[in-house]
Amino acid sequence: MAVPKRKKSRSNTRARRAQWKTSAPTLVTCPNRACGHPTLPHTACPNCGQYQGKQVLAV
Amino acid sequence: MPTPTKGPRLGGGPAHERLMLANLATSLFAHDRITTTEAKAKRLRPLAERLITFAKRGDLHARRQVMKVIGDKDVVHKLFAEIGPNYAERAGGYTRIVKVGPRKGDNAPMAVIALVESVTDTQAVVAEAERSRRARVAPRKATGGRTAEIAEENAAESPTAASVAAEAAEAYDVDTTDELDAQDTGEAQDTGEAEETVGDAEDADDSEAGDGSSEDADDEGLSAVGLHDGEDDESDEPKSTK
Repeated sequence: MAVPKRKKSRSNTRARRAQWKTSAPTLVTCPNRACGHPTLPHTACPNCGQYQGKQVLAV
Repeated sequence: MPTPTKGPRLGGGPAHERLMLANLATSLFAHDRITTTEAKAKRLRPLAERLITFAKRGDLHARRQVMKVIGDKDVVHKLFAEIGPNYAERAGGYTRIVKVGPRKGDNAPMAVIALVESVTDTQAVVAEAERSRRARVAPRKATGGRTAEIAEENAAESPTAASVAAEAAEAYDVDTTDELDAQDTGEAQDTGEAEETVGDAEDADDSEAGDGSSEDADDEGLSAVGLHDGEDDESDEPKSTK
């Protein structure tokens, strides 16, 4: 079985992990006037539980 | 090669996938709405809607077909007694999938799949009104004027022309009765003139168009027969077109 010959240096490990990035999700404002919470598009609002005027989630 | 199933594969194998989908369908019919991952919801939707279509048919064979998927007899009874009749007015689209954001733990995108509400009385009335309005806007144009004359002349030579002539004669009968009705309201002159101009505008080309439309009607009739066969319509259609 192939095994690593050398220990990965701290530098290499950190250089690799430096590429791990996050990105901000696209958000829209909840169309429910009473809520106005930022939500994911095409998704029921997690704050008020409505989607297209219909109550989808119990709040 | 058969068309591959749309959407992601579930579970560790075909049998596992069948079991998962059957369990999801059972839960959906038992609880009316379930929260699951988007991928499972999207795979479940076609299966659940097919089962509801069986429930709408409601005969013993349909019930046995459903029993192949859903093992729970209580759920099958609910499906045939409550859910199926609810959707008698609805031609498909019995379920709704709403995304509800990622799950804590593995960040899997979740969705709620629910049986839609049955058509309310108001919606049924509105739909019927829409249908009738559309029918009034575009009625089938009656054959008349020169088209009818040419069709009568050629009736002996071609069966299509004969059928067009027969249609025109029927339409003429209907028109005359309409005119008799209209005379009471004093609009007979107007309607008569309008029909004359329409008849003149239709020249000899229209007789050809008439041929095409009657052939189309035949084709539609055949395909309609194929559709009435239910599940086997795809396999039957090629035979009927031969």
